[in-house]
Amino acid sequence: METRDNQGQLWEVFIQSKPGQAFKHAGSVHAYDKNMAIENARDTYTRRGEGTGLWLIPSSEIVAVTENEAEYFFEPADVKIYRHPTFYNVPEGVTNM
Amino acid sequence: MLTQTINEEKLLAEFEAKINAEIKIEPKDWMPDEYRKHLIRQMSQHAHSEVIGMQPEGNWITRAPSLRSKKILLAKIQDEGGHGLYLYSAAETLGVSRDQFIQWLHEGKAKYSSVFNYPTLNWADIGAIGWLVDGAAITNQVSLQRTSYGPYSRAMVRICKEESFHQRQGYEIMWRMMEGTVDQQKMAQDAIDRWWWPALMMFGPHDTDSPRTSLAMKWRIKRESNDQLREKFINKTISQAEIIGLKVPDPNLIRNEDGTFKHGDINWDEFWQVVGGNGPCNQQRLEHHFNVHKEGAWVRESAIAYNIKHTNNQ
Repeated sequence: METRDNQGQLWEVFIQSKPGQAFKHAGSVHAYDKNMAIENARDTYTRRGEGTGLWLIPSSEIVAVTENEAEYFFEPADVKIYRHPTFYNVPEGVTNM
Repeated sequence: MLTQTINEEKLLAEFEAKINAEIKIEPKDWMPDEYRKHLIRQMSQHAHSEVIGMQPEGNWITRAPSLRSKKILLAKIQDEGGHGLYLYSAAETLGVSRDQFIQWLHEGKAKYSSVFNYPTLNWADIGAIGWLVDGAAITNQVSLQRTSYGPYSRAMVRICKEESFHQRQGYEIMWRMMEGTVDQQKMAQDAIDRWWWPALMMFGPHDTDSPRTSLAMKWRIKRESNDQLREKFINKTISQAEIIGLKVPDPNLIRNEDGTFKHGDINWDEFWQVVGGNGPCNQQRLEHHFNVHKEGAWVRESAIAYNIKHTNNQ
């Protein structure tokens, strides 16, 4: 339903709240180019020191797996329980492992 | 045709099971048409309210009584614009474009909260709006943080974090006036006299007269009914008024034994008049939005042209 005057394309906003932390999805903005996307995201999502870093990604560029597909998509990992430490037994008295 | 019906029934059952298990519905999930329609209407109304709500307050930016109050008012109004943007983005996930939402507003097909069709006559009104109108909005929005639609819920969480400053700054304006001269006290009382009832009307008609409430409650778009939310707001606001010496303009207000209140009759004729377009400022608010959007078209066109030029040069 895209129309001509739609205030630019849609961008997804990711904020890093502190140095060293992962970037977390915050929402989206409309913008016509990269610079405007960054500025709009700053003005819309970080008016109270919410972030030390911002990522902007055109929404159309995101590749996603949704909950509907999750079951079969993640199934291969679910059956490999030997990837978890609790799968293994250790002799009585062993610590720090 | 039969398989399609069976399939729909199965999808609906799965959808309702998720809702009952408090699992959020996300944009790509299957949802009933009625659910989508209700959200489109409610979320766009909510977004438009944030944006139109900037007008009555913007009226006082140049006349704020101090630099401090001007800075605060500017920050608050900027927040409202931001809240509109969060909500438009969340609403767009339902498959309607930003442009379409604006067009529906301009055509009168989408509404915004009627409370913004009242004028701001003096500085005390800025206090009353922050305290009462934002206070009512917060009561509603706190409840909506638990709405079943994921993007709406997340927008509400973000908005609620920012709104409490709005209510406090409004209350502070009223408090300072009540500590001031007799004339200032009269202004503050006059403001609550004019804004109290429109604030109560913000919660919408009584539950018995609200046809869409039951479906919205069943699918957990709304978590509390209009009357429940209105009562919550009244119960917390009256003592705030009393502490600074303001009187709620309701001669029939009854204080229950448990400390809660029962309000007098709301003038629903006035409510429906304003909803129907006959409030003091309906025409002015919509015209202003329409004109600013039209006059700003060249900015959007320039931005498109700049982007094309820039992309071609790369």
